[in-house]
Amino acid sequence: MDYSEIMVRYGELSTKGKNRKDFIRQLGQNVKAALQEFADLEIHAQHDRLHVALNGTPSGPVIDRLKGVFGIENFSPVLKVEKTKDAMFEAAKTLIEAQYEPGMTFKINTKRQDHQFELDTNQINDQLGGHILRSIPVITVKMKQPDITLRVEVRLNGIFLSSETIHGAGGLPVGTGGRAVMMLSGGIDSPVAAYMGMKRGVKLDMVHFFSPPYTSEQALAKAKELTTKIAGFAGHVQFIAVPFTKVQEDIKEKVPEGYLMTIQRRMMLRLTAAIAQQRGAKGIFTGESLGQVASQTLESMLAINDVTTMPVLRPLVSMDKTEIIKIAEKIDTYDLSILPFEDCCTIFTPPAPKTRPDLEKVRNFEKLIDVDALMAEALAGVTVVNIKPGDHYMNQQEEVFAELL
Amino acid sequence: MIYFDNSATTQAAPEVVDTYDKVSQQIWGNPSSLHRFGEAAFNLLEQSRKQIADLLGVHQSEILFTSGGTEGDNWVLKGTAIEKRAFGNHLITTAVEHPAIHNSMEQLKQLGFEVTYLPVDEAGRISIADLKAAIRPTTILVSVMAVNNEIGTIQPLKAVADVLADYPKIHYHIDAVQGIGKGIQDMIMNDRVDFVTFSGHKFHAPRGIGFIYKRQGRKIAPLLTGGGQERNLRSGTENLPAIAAMSKALRLLLTDEAKKVAQQRAVKNRIYQHIKDRDLVTLFSQPTDDFAPHILCFAIKGVRGETIVHAFEEHDIFISTTSACSSKKHMASSTLMAMHIDESVATSAIRISLDANNTLAEADEFNRVFDVLYDQFKKLSHTESKSSAQV
Repeated sequence: MDYSEIMVRYGELSTKGKNRKDFIRQLGQNVKAALQEFADLEIHAQHDRLHVALNGTPSGPVIDRLKGVFGIENFSPVLKVEKTKDAMFEAAKTLIEAQYEPGMTFKINTKRQDHQFELDTNQINDQLGGHILRSIPVITVKMKQPDITLRVEVRLNGIFLSSETIHGAGGLPVGTGGRAVMMLSGGIDSPVAAYMGMKRGVKLDMVHFFSPPYTSEQALAKAKELTTKIAGFAGHVQFIAVPFTKVQEDIKEKVPEGYLMTIQRRMMLRLTAAIAQQRGAKGIFTGESLGQVASQTLESMLAINDVTTMPVLRPLVSMDKTEIIKIAEKIDTYDLSILPFEDCCTIFTPPAPKTRPDLEKVRNFEKLIDVDALMAEALAGVTVVNIKPGDHYMNQQEEVFAELL
Repeated sequence: MIYFDNSATTQAAPEVVDTYDKVSQQIWGNPSSLHRFGEAAFNLLEQSRKQIADLLGVHQSEILFTSGGTEGDNWVLKGTAIEKRAFGNHLITTAVEHPAIHNSMEQLKQLGFEVTYLPVDEAGRISIADLKAAIRPTTILVSVMAVNNEIGTIQPLKAVADVLADYPKIHYHIDAVQGIGKGIQDMIMNDRVDFVTFSGHKFHAPRGIGFIYKRQGRKIAPLLTGGGQERNLRSGTENLPAIAAMSKALRLLLTDEAKKVAQQRAVKNRIYQHIKDRDLVTLFSQPTDDFAPHILCFAIKGVRGETIVHAFEEHDIFISTTSACSSKKHMASSTLMAMHIDESVATSAIRISLDANNTLAEADEFNRVFDVLYDQFKKLSHTESKSSAQV
């Protein structure tokens, strides 16, 4: 069916009183960013709804994109017809037939803005309902919880009909919740945590630690590729790569084995906090969940968190692995995450890391390395790339291979 | 030379062989290796997978490579039986399946599974009422072929999907070995199907390569365990040259599919119209839309299929007695037997199976040779009936 526009209904932001304007403006920007590849669209964010005029663009791909934008409660593809009874009848029948299966019930919900139109609200409900009952032999009317609700709006510039309501991603528009940085490893958890952070409206920059030659180019490319998926929910995302080889080598050389992991994590968190501060970010997101591995006990968190006062937010803290995997599959990061490249969290892991590190001992052992010098060196080597959905980092020979395939 | 035996196998396309050669010589690393030879091989493997997934409109992770149709069929059936044996021991299929399905089912029967073979009508088609009646609480799988390999019947795949929509736990498998590229992709890749088997050499890819579609979230036990390739479901170092070649072959197959289907249908029709009114001819395939565009199966009364095949071969026309798998065993077609065709007629059956490369000129040449042979066969069958009259 050739729909003429898509009508988007806002999510939770409808309830947020005075911030409402900001929310709508941000959502409008995010929708524009998500739909930027479709040249013919016109997007208008109004106080109660957002309208995407399709101008001939097929609705399918636009609908797929809208499903990933946070802050949208639901949306409906809409058919716009001229203001005549016949056009309205015809369009209503087409819409209902597209959805109808034997045994279904329907109702008509009319709003009339244009009081010049020949029929009033009750007459439309009545006559249109009669027309549907006559055209589709066994359909019945039901006022409470019908299978199909046909919405008819008579506006000054035409009649707008819709019958399908598609669930949006919910949550809050990315950007309305401020800015934070995300510690992205390349595993299953961190992209899911990023997704959940963004769902609450936070704009996230990805911070990724890499340690060549212990970690490969592929591991870095994988983290960037994951970021392209995450960018699908935010329009675009900054990817910050932090060289970590020197820090890890130094720790490995000087610190007792049982505390390697704890002190490495402290350095990562310190560096992340420093980067966050430089960029005016107000928090740090991680993919940690309690009890999964040695670094994720409460004692470890206490010993690692000791290095910063910036809030460290852990959206996955109480989730099971199976729940996390489900979301990873939904947001299409799972297959990438399970690619077997070493990341800097898996190298230099001692056979028996302390699961209950002692904070005082940690602080003392850390004096064996030159924290400030190592930090300065790592920060000097930071590189930033802006990553958009649809970018490619994993398969650089794609064009060469395209000739083979 | 006229090759009308494309359901047995197809000639590998030159550009497909070219890909095979290049990959064998240039991208020969093991996709599981960590170094860059391995990485290049891995990337090509995944890009091939993605191309196939895109062509079928499914997700990349839903495509798993196999050695061909027989492995795919064996895997889906036995893998489901192993995976779901705690939930039930009953499997449903049709009476006209390829031996890869039929004999796998028989093997499962020996292991204690119960199998229902749905009967078919005179067109070789199952009835939905029979399917509904066959489903039990213990049913774990329904396996239906898309296109019958012997007479070309298209099974009611969407109606089966509609029935199974009410039984979300049953695995729905379609054997699409003869069905791909024949204009019925929307029926095969329907909303309900869980597994689909494909074979490369039926669409101009090399031998020894195929793939299955496995719906995301559906579970199946591996038959080949080992190094954990193919998401731990089908171990064995990936046959990358053949995989890349197959990916290309599928792209070529589905380019201008509608035009190619129309071409095959036109060739089939020309032969059909030429032979349909002959006294000795019994037609099993129809020119209608519920038969595949590329298969025409018929019998010439009183002449063994084998004799007809060799007679055409003398004129450089290559056809087959029903399926290639049964032809060397001197067995009557299992599809025709399931349709309750008399054995004397079934042993006279031959199959023409087309490809988009076949032309109307070839159909005309076939028809010309057919007339010559038909006259000979007619005399033969007269003598036969005379001699039997004398006795």
